[in-house]
Amino acid sequence: MAFISSGYNPEKPMEGRITDIGPRSFEDFYPPVIKRNKGKWDYHEILEPGILVHVAENGEKCFTVRCGAARLMSVSLIREACDIADKHCGGHLRWTTRNNIEFMVENEAAMKSLVADLKDRKFAGGSNKFPIGGTGAAISNMIHTQGWVHCHTPAMDASGPVKAVMDEVFDYFQSMKLPAPIRLALACCLNMCGAVHASDIGIVGIHRKPPIVDNEVLDNVCEIPLAVAACPTGAIKPTKTDFDGKKINSVSVNEDRCMYCGNCYTMCPALPLADYQGDGCVIMVGGKVSNRISMPKLAKVVVAYIPNEPPRWPTLTKAIKHIIEVYSKNAKKYERVGEWAERIGWEKFFELTGLEFTHHLIDDFRDPAYYTWRQSTQFKF
Amino acid sequence: MAKHPTPLLDQLETGPWPSFVSDIKQEAEHRSKNPKGIDFQAPQDCPADLLGVLELSFKEKETHWKHGGIVGVFGYGGGVIGRYCDKPEEFPGVAHFHTVRINQPAGKYYHTDYLRGVCDIWELRGSGLTNMHGSTGDLVLLGTVTPQLEEIFYDMTHKLNTDLGGSGGNLRTPADCLGQSRCEFACYDTQDLCHTLTNDYQDELHRPAFPYKFKFKFDGCPNSCVAALARSDFSVVGTWKDDIQIDQAKVKAYVGGEFKPNAGAHAGRDWGKFDIVKEVIERCPTKCMSFDGALKIDNANCTRCMHCINVMPRALRVGKEKGASILLGAKAPILDGAQLSSLLVPFVPVEKPYTEIKEVIENIWDWWMEEGKNRERVGETMKRLSFQKLLEVTNIKPVAQHVKEPRSNPYIFFREDEVLGGWTRDINEFRKRHAR
Ligand code: SF4
Ligand code: SF4
Ligand code: SF4
Ligand code: SF4
Repeated sequence: MAFISSGYNPEKPMEGRITDIGPRSFEDFYPPVIKRNKGKWDYHEILEPGILVHVAENGEKCFTVRCGAARLMSVSLIREACDIADKHCGGHLRWTTRNNIEFMVENEAAMKSLVADLKDRKFAGGSNKFPIGGTGAAISNMIHTQGWVHCHTPAMDASGPVKAVMDEVFDYFQSMKLPAPIRLALACCLNMCGAVHASDIGIVGIHRKPPIVDNEVLDNVCEIPLAVAACPTGAIKPTKTDFDGKKINSVSVNEDRCMYCGNCYTMCPALPLADYQGDGCVIMVGGKVSNRISMPKLAKVVVAYIPNEPPRWPTLTKAIKHIIEVYSKNAKKYERVGEWAERIGWEKFFELTGLEFTHHLIDDFRDPAYYTWRQSTQFKF
Repeated sequence: MAKHPTPLLDQLETGPWPSFVSDIKQEAEHRSKNPKGIDFQAPQDCPADLLGVLELSFKEKETHWKHGGIVGVFGYGGGVIGRYCDKPEEFPGVAHFHTVRINQPAGKYYHTDYLRGVCDIWELRGSGLTNMHGSTGDLVLLGTVTPQLEEIFYDMTHKLNTDLGGSGGNLRTPADCLGQSRCEFACYDTQDLCHTLTNDYQDELHRPAFPYKFKFKFDGCPNSCVAALARSDFSVVGTWKDDIQIDQAKVKAYVGGEFKPNAGAHAGRDWGKFDIVKEVIERCPTKCMSFDGALKIDNANCTRCMHCINVMPRALRVGKEKGASILLGAKAPILDGAQLSSLLVPFVPVEKPYTEIKEVIENIWDWWMEEGKNRERVGETMKRLSFQKLLEVTNIKPVAQHVKEPRSNPYIFFREDEVLGGWTRDINEFRKRHAR
């Protein structure tokens, strides 16, 4: 490899340097129909799953075709999306917050040829490159994190289980037959990059073993007071210990106090938690961020542990699909998962879903725990 | 022939949902064939070795990435995440696998010229793999080596007029819903506010000076498509103050079955004929609506939940006096449990140059930078130091809208000047009235 310089001169880093310019302006990228009608949209309609039309006050139309996509994407695939946008959309496209790709055109004929083009595109392994769907009372693309592809703290993979779950619920991505939208999300550790804690159904990676103390290096690679302060339950204490016949500074972990949050590992690489037997995930249910009908709410843990079962996480996908199906059968129109569970009562949620209620599901973390216990004789048998 | 056999990952190639495994494989193959004869500046085997190390994780059920190292570009404290593999001999192509966050354009609209530019730079100088997009909003370039970081930054700024996003204890890359660009519900220009604040606060975004991360997200209306009040410390959510606009003729068209209710969002199941009383009037959370041939809304009791507007978008519109509510303090569970943002500013007009909003932001930052502990999100600071303190530093008057209910304990902190005579008392005077 011969080093190809961009023009950057390491001897003089400030020479010609451009900084603090921020992102490119959205104005550079709007499709013309968007630019012309911004702030002047009258109404929209979902023509079929994944296909929307927005109608402006002057009658102009913008047809949008929404496609699911894996968040992890190669430049080859981005270029293919660009080819499609060049061919059909005058070179314009956008991504949604939930990692979908949206192609926009200005008339129905263009929309139809775009759709026909998208439908035929498959990966070598057989999966769809640009499946159309994710609108209305459906399951849209799943928000997720990095997992084993890139992060150092995950308790599970992200892209793998997401692919497995989305395959399992694909029918709901391409239809609009649920009582309300279901927002799925996955975070591979408690840092939760993404709004997993307020999703209808969230999967969160958890560890279940306290950190191992790597005494040999701890004092060299960590600030002991920071590691001690990092622990929300006060489980970590500074100690002196014997290593190789020498007294060294390290920490000890009170295992009974540890709830495996991993914050100590974030501060100190000599306190790893990952463990093939300990790690896995919880399922959280009933969160929402929309203010529609009821106020936004945090999701609740309804399954305390599912082991990692690569490559397709069958126990997890089965549980998710089951919850969706019970909800779909029982909830009223417009009711989000959490609204349904609150209306019938969580005791009925467990009865209807058949999920086992175990001691793990009772909150014992600080003051808010009390507010989740039942200060009433009102409950359902 | 694949560099590493991946029998477990191969099982993720089937099924209808787009397979990231197939996609990485296609990139691996493309790089190994290298039809354009590119002199790759990051390992050619990067995608192949990523599959290899991921297969190993699938087998062993543990990650093989080490704690990040400190890497970055000159003068910035964020935007690049250092990443190293703990099996560098087996997977040399991903021994160094740093991430570069590119600040995405507001609304995530792109032109292909720009995206192809990103792809060209990234094919030459990185793995050819991305995240479209990261959880905060950035366009994430996944995997490169340290010597390429300055080169990527130089190319991005010079060729694409684009900057890096945020990471670490600073302002993270702001993100917004598509808002007025394509949505009739939007109550303000989310793109313009997002873009303007991102540019106005470049220093805060690139040079960490905060106790911890701070996120801005902008939703155009209470439907909250970007989940501002769950995903951001500073959540701006569009709303309005006056009456919902009703077109009675179009209400009748919905009742008569002429228009598809919910814009067709529930069309996949037979829910029976549209029933305005059952589906709108009775589902209104505040019961402020009635229907007797004409639709009536007692707007003074409406909480602007959007339900009726979502059901009948052609007949109902948000009000004319539009603006936003500002909520503060959302965060993930680490450390003290998950939080959603809490209402701080019930209503603010959203007008250029956004002085009023910036004043709130800067007051919060001044306070949090002074009082916040290391790695304490503002949501935790406000819990530790009280909502009252937050109101005081932001000069916002307490109103009943701030709470769902008043406190149920009388452990009230009064200010000394609120108490007649103050707190300095003479024990001798007291003893004149009360014997020891
Ligand atoms: S959720 Fe945790 S493990 Fe997953 S990418 Fe984020 S920080 Fe890493
Ligand atoms: S994992 Fe969390 S609870 Fe356990 S010792 Fe570390 S910081 Fe403390
Ligand atoms: S948050 Fe509201 S304004 Fe923004 S895209 Fe969603 S519905 Fe439209
Ligand atoms: S916006 Fe919500 S609260 Fe207001 S009238 Fe409509 S349904 Fe009722």
